[in-house]
Parts: sequence; C-alpha cells; structure tokens
Amino acid sequence: MSAPNDDRDLIFRRIREAIRIRRENLPDHGDAERYRQLLPPVRASLQARIELFREWSDKLNTRFIAANPSDWRAEIASLAAAEGWKSSAFHGTGLAREATEAAGLPAATALDTTRGYDPERLEACDVGFTDCEALVAQTGSVLLTSRGNGGRALSVLPPHHVVIATAGQMVPDLLAAMALIRERHGAALPSLVTLHTGPSRTGDIERQIVLGAHGPKKLTVILILD
Amino acid sequence: MSKPAAAFQAAASAYVGERETRAFLRQSLAGYLAQRRTGEERFQDWEEARVAASAAKGEALDYLDRYLADFLTRIEKRGTRVFFARDAARARERVVEIVREHDAKCIVKSKSMTGEEIDLSETLEHLGYEVVETDLGEYIVQLRGERPFHIVAPAMHLRREEIRELFAGKIGPEAGRSAEPEALTMDARRAIRRKYLEADIGISGVNFAVAETGQICVCTNEGNGRLSTSLPRVHIAVMGLEKLVPNLDDLALLLPMLATAGTGQHLTGYTTIIGGPRQPGEADGPEEFHLIILDNGRTALLADDEQRDALHCIRCGACIYMCPIFKNIGGHSYGTTYMGPIGSVITPHLRGLEEWRHLPSSSSLCGACTETCPVRIDLHHHLLHNRRNAAAAHPAPLEKLALRAYGWLAGRPALFSLAGKLGKLALRAFSPLLGTALDPARGWTRCRALPEPPRQSFREWWKTHEPEPASERDDDDEE
Amino acid sequence: MVFDRRVTPARFPETVRVSLFIPCFVDHFFPQAGIAMVRVLERLGHEVDYPAGQTCCGQPAFNAGYWDQARPPASRLFRLFEDADAVVSASGSCGAMLKVFNPELFAGTSFEEEAADLAGRVWEFSDFLVSELGVEDVGARFPHRVTFHDGCHGLRELRIKSQPRRLLENVEGLELVEMAEAESCCGFGGTFAVKFSHISEAMAEVKCASALATGAEFIVSNDSSCLMQIGGWLGKNAKTPNPPRVMHLAEVLATQ
Repeated sequence: MSAPNDDRDLIFRRIREAIRIRRENLPDHGDAERYRQLLPPVRASLQARIELFREWSDKLNTRFIAANPSDWRAEIASLAAAEGWKSSAFHGTGLAREATEAAGLPAATALDTTRGYDPERLEACDVGFTDCEALVAQTGSVLLTSRGNGGRALSVLPPHHVVIATAGQMVPDLLAAMALIRERHGAALPSLVTLHTGPSRTGDIERQIVLGAHGPKKLTVILILD
Repeated sequence: MSKPAAAFQAAASAYVGERETRAFLRQSLAGYLAQRRTGEERFQDWEEARVAASAAKGEALDYLDRYLADFLTRIEKRGTRVFFARDAARARERVVEIVREHDAKCIVKSKSMTGEEIDLSETLEHLGYEVVETDLGEYIVQLRGERPFHIVAPAMHLRREEIRELFAGKIGPEAGRSAEPEALTMDARRAIRRKYLEADIGISGVNFAVAETGQICVCTNEGNGRLSTSLPRVHIAVMGLEKLVPNLDDLALLLPMLATAGTGQHLTGYTTIIGGPRQPGEADGPEEFHLIILDNGRTALLADDEQRDALHCIRCGACIYMCPIFKNIGGHSYGTTYMGPIGSVITPHLRGLEEWRHLPSSSSLCGACTETCPVRIDLHHHLLHNRRNAAAAHPAPLEKLALRAYGWLAGRPALFSLAGKLGKLALRAFSPLLGTALDPARGWTRCRALPEPPRQSFREWWKTHEPEPASERDDDDEE
Repeated sequence: MVFDRRVTPARFPETVRVSLFIPCFVDHFFPQAGIAMVRVLERLGHEVDYPAGQTCCGQPAFNAGYWDQARPPASRLFRLFEDADAVVSASGSCGAMLKVFNPELFAGTSFEEEAADLAGRVWEFSDFLVSELGVEDVGARFPHRVTFHDGCHGLRELRIKSQPRRLLENVEGLELVEMAEAESCCGFGGTFAVKFSHISEAMAEVKCASALATGAEFIVSNDSSCLMQIGGWLGKNAKTPNPPRVMHLAEVLATQ
C-alpha cells in the first residue's frame, strides 16, 4: 500500500534512464575473501581472538572479564557489590537470567523485557543483563539482535550493560559476524541487528572523549571460557 | 555574481580575518589527522580497501534499479512502509503527514544530513512540533540556531566555554555549571534523556542500505541512534537513494572505513542495522517503520557518468577535514548542507550550476580531498568538470573573451613574448600604485609582493647560451 | 600520504637529448630556474634543446573551465615537441597539464593520439633525474638549511614526493628540514589566487608559518608558481628581519 504522491515509478524510470551508460573503469566488485585480505588482520586461534578482544576492550573502556564456568557468577556478584546495583533488567531464561540471579537481584523481581515492560521502569534500572549473538575480536564488538537478546532497549537504556558470552561465540571479524547473521537469521531477519563497540561515547566538544553520552556509560563483557 | 557567490565571498573573507578561530580549527584538525593515520595503518592494505570500497558502491550504483528493487522487496516484506520522494518538498510533506497521523507532539531525531538537506527539523518546528536533536553536536547547533559546521562534527567550531554559556542560557540554571566536556555532556544527557521516553516519533538518517537483506544501517557513537529507533512507537528514516550497497560483506568492509575516515576510530560505537518495525515475538521496537527514499537531484547526478562516483560518498567528512579551503573559511561560509570538496562537487548538481558555480571555482585544485577519500571519488577533477560545465552552459563573456585573446596570443610566440615584456614594463611603471586601491593587480598585491621582474627572459638568455661540452667539465675535474 | 609513482627501469641511453619545456611565467619571471636546469643537465652530459616558439600550455583556460579556449595553445605543443625524446618541465603544474590533463582535454578530438603520445614523453625535472636517469647526486654544493614545499600538482597528479628530497639530500652541505605542512597547498591555484584572494592569502599564511618554524634559510620547490605565492607572502608579511628566500630546486642543484 503506497501513500499518495509516492514517486516510486518516476524515480525508477529516472534511475533506469540514468544508468543506461555503465562505467567502464570500475574495478571488480569484491567478496568476503578479498575483503579479508584488506581489513585489519585477525589471527586464527581462539586465544589470539580473545587477546585481541581484550586489547580493544582496554582501548574502548569496555570492562572485559574472562572467567571459568565455575567462576563467572562470582565475578558478577563482586561486580554487583562494587557497583551497588539495586535494580536490574534481563531477558528470557538463559545466561542473562542466571546473571541477574548471580548479582543477587532475583529474576522474580527483576524486569524481564521479554514479558512486556514499562520503559519508565527499564530506564530506572541500574543494569541490563543480556546474552549476545557473538563477540567480534577484530573490533571488540558485541553482536546483538532484537529477537535473541531481549529486544532493542534493554542493551541501551540502562546505564550499565552487562553481556554474558561463551568462548565459542568469539568470531574473528566483521565478515564472520555478517556470515553468522546470514546463516542464523537469513530466512527471517530480526528487525534489529546491532554491534555495540564500547560504551556510549562522544567527542563533540573539543574532540575530548566523554563516555555515556546517551547510551550506557559502562559496558561489561563477561566471557565464559570452556 | 550570484547571491550565494557574494555571500560566500563575504563570509569567507570575514572568517579568514579571525586568526584565533582559524588556529583553533587547525588544532582540532591536527587531532583528527593523527588518529586517522593510526586508523589506516590498522588495515592490511588501506589503498586496496579504497579500491574495493569504490567498487562496491560503484556496483550498487551502476545496477541501482536491480539492487533497489531487491532491497524494497525484502524490507517491505517485513512491514516497512517505503515512500519515494522526488524532491525535498515531497519528502517533508510525507514526514509531516506521518507525524499528523500519529498526532505526535515530541520527536527525537538522530543526526541526519539528508534531514538537513530537506530542512526537516525547521519544517517540523515551524509547524509547532517539538523536535529534539539528540546527537550532542547537533543538539548544540540546534540550540544556537545554527547549521552544522561539519557533516560529522557539527559543533567542532565551538570552544567549551561557548557551549557552557549556551547550556546555561538555554537548558536552565542546572546546566552549564562547568565548562568541562564531561560535565557539559552530562548536562545534555539529562536534558535529552526524558525525551526518548516521551517522544512519539524517532527520526534517523541512513548510512547504508543493504540490498541483499533489505536492511538500513545507522552509525552513531553516542547511542542516540539506537535510542531514537528503539523507544518511540514510530520510526521514520530518511535516505538518499545512493545509500545502497549490494550485500552484508560490503557493509563489513565499509563500516570500518567510514569510521577510520570519519573520525580515526576503528568502528563507530553503535552500528544499528534495521530491517523493519517490531517483528512478531520481539520484546519491543517501533510499531511502524517508515522509510523515505529521496531523489532531490541524485538521479541527475547518476546520469552524469563522468561524475557518478560523487554518489559513492559515504559522508565520512574526510575531504572536508583535509581541505585547506575549509581549514581557512570554516563550514558555515559555504552556505550549503554539504560543505567542503564534496559539497562543491554535488551542490551545483543539487541546487543549480549557475548559482553555485563559485564553489567549484573556489579551489586551488590541490587534490588533498581526492587523496583522502575512502571511496576514491575523483573530487578535485570533478571541480574542474563543474567549471567546464559552467563555462559551457553559462559562459562569463569577459572571461571567455580574455581567455580567447590569451589563446590567440599564445599562438603567436613573437607577440606573446612582446606582451610579456610589456607586462613587465607595465609592472615597473605601475610600481608606485602597487598595493593601493588603484593597483590593477590588487587581487595579488593586497597581501603579496610581486616578484622582481628579471631583465632577461629565459628565451633571451637561451639565444646567448653556448652549451658547455661535457668534456669541459671533465677538464675542470682534472685540474 | 602520497606514494611515489613506480620507478621505471632506465630506458634512456647515457646521453639524452632533453627538450626543455619552459612555461610562460618561468620564461618571463623566473628564468633562473630554466637556466639552472640547462646547467645541471649539461653538466650531467646531456644535450639540451629548447624548441623555439613555446608560449603557454593552456592551463589558465583549462582550469577556468574554458576548454575550447584551452585547446589551441595546448595543441601547439604537440607540434613543437613532435620529435623530442624527453620533454622536461620546469614546473610540476605545467608538467601535469601535459601529462595528466591534456589526455582528458583532447579525448574524443582529432588530437587524442598526439596528447597521449606527448603525455608519455613528459617529465617534471626532479622526476626525470631520479626516476628516468637514475641520478640522485648531481655534484652540487649548497651549505644551507633548506625546507622543501611539495607543489600539489607535482605531488598528487605526478606522484612526486621522494625524488626532489633524494636530490637535496645528496647536495653537499645542505641540511633538509621537513616542515609540518609540507604537503599543504600554498594557496596559489592560478587565478584562484586573485579571484579568491582572501582565502589564498590565509593558505599562504599557514604555509609560511610552517616553513618559518623550521628555521630554514631557503624554501625550495619544484614549482615556481608556488614559490611566487610563498615568496610574495613573505615579501609583504614576514616579521623577521631575514626571512627565508625562495628558490627553485634546479637552482640549488646547479650550485657548485
């Protein structure tokens, strides 16, 4: 259903007319294999990927904690104590739920965004716990979708975003992240796919970096090693 | 001289006179340069990445009908309502229509140069809607009633103290207590925060549109793009039709390049890829997603296969940062949405060659823009092409005559040489006038000395020149 | 960052017949640059020729957009340099006109082939010495502190960056000091300097401040037009008692 005055047909006609002459001097359109030879390099081993993710986290002011399966809950508990969290939000039944429990903020009273929620209440939460689709070593990014990771607002509205990931989720680069989206969700894409690379930041005043412009002031990534 | 040309000359001259302002701008740009260099060095091959980026954008443009059709099929399948606008007026009308349908009061807007191009915020404010620019730089210039100074860094011309005064005056007594960027940023955070929750509509721009998947991509550092497209129940995105890229792999190439060229970062903080309104089973997100695709002169530029690559532009702003003209006249002197080299290339196409021909002319053609462009737009040569097109379509009679006479003279070496001699004599004759208001060469001598004309020209010297035999040098060496 | 054009394997014999291209403003205002080129080339044992009848390469009209008016003077050079083995230009800018812009200016005209043919036989002076003749030491002596200004056309159209520096580094007694803004445009830009006089002035000011900061006695370039701008600005505005002098690269290389 198109609105009145829609210029779709006119613009398509103009486009077809405009590109009747194709350019001869264009270089060949590349593919993932080619791009991987040009973009910043990533070493193959999992250990190297984790180290690269850690390097980026340091530069970005992301707090990165790699913990054993037996320790990660304790890491969250000590983080909760240090930060003084009083209220939290999470999603679903997986790692995010375990995380809020570990923080001493029981899921029964915390906000679960997958069950319908009041944005005002989410805004008032001290922390949002999510899992993720993947971590990207090349850029120190967290890959999230609106389908799997608690919707759109959970990862960006509370002042502290805590991500729980497993080592197997550490992909080497952006190309691998795109391939993952394609394979996992190609048939029915979620409405939002997002990469979070460090906490919210701005350099709009005299190019001085300030964290927490609008989104989370803090981003913590907890990686559960196998 | 056209009105914009006169305004440009006046604004540029005034800015040149402000030495401290220019020094502040240069200092800011030096910071960019250093980070940019580090950014490029992270790539395995930045130069080849530029070639690849240009190829990806070029592929999308040369087959735009197919890529756009694919894109539409996919994004509309998820319930996105797409509207095509031939010009700025149509696009504005459509936005206003959507805003009215929803009886909206408050609108949060994340940074959009296409929004600037169609005067979107001004239009909505004029109709009585509250429009909050959420990007910090945009918010600052909105409070000042100004246009962005630079497409990526809208408030780069302002010092912290100026922003402090602005906030204290416009936000209220709780703001502007300190001029520290940290404190000022938190002032803005507090002022805007409630608006995300109150707003009925979020408006964003579009950095890329992916044909393969039918998604748009919005890049922000502050997270304002994420918030503006998550909380309000309606999301409107405005994009130029040139934003298409063929697939997600191209996006994986272009995202780090945009960040590197734009700010020297390795990746922008929030890369938000949107494929539709809230889908079944999702926790939240807008109920409606409207995408407005704008022509506004772009198909005319597409038809110009010589300058089509100007549509490769990913609005990173690097050419502006690198431009020595921009460095000395600032972003506001241009009087355009897109300033600097890319603006001087595309503005004549978007707004009219005759009125805006002064922009391509106001360049020394140094080529720093072309060298820095991550998608290899042949910017400074297109300035020449615009000059050629302007001269053909709207010749300046005196200039044309003068150049024709010059060409005629150049075809007659003896006369040309004589003219040169007379010219030098004239310079000597006029020397008492040099630098004064009566000086015929005032455009030069106002601020520069003329070279002392030599008595003998090269050709006169050549006539007397006896070639030194190479052996003579050998003899010398033996002595 | 500019990368040098690829150095071709020496294609010239030991003795080359070099045809000089002396742009009009060099002829009239900076003949010493042309004279110095002759001296350097002859000292290296080459035969120098100056085909008579050279005037202007047509760049003023080309840059102004009047390509129809640019073609007549530009096409004259095809005849003048018809038999030349190597055409060497005293200016990177005019060299770029012959090497880069002419092929575009004459594309689709009856001069298309001539334009391409000449473009393949033209070099800027320092590029010719280093990239074509393989000469880096011309045996010059110039005991002074020098900073080098990259003319934009030489730098970005012809990709000349290291060639002049290699030559300067081999000059006896010469101390080469890079200025921070070496690659920034001086603001000349042909008629731009007069049409947009204020902007041009500001660019010169930035350039000169950077050059002055090096403490150099000489600002050297391979383009006399840039030197006219830089020298012109210094002549009128320099506050120091002995501001640096401007000098064409060839003049430095011709000293002994």
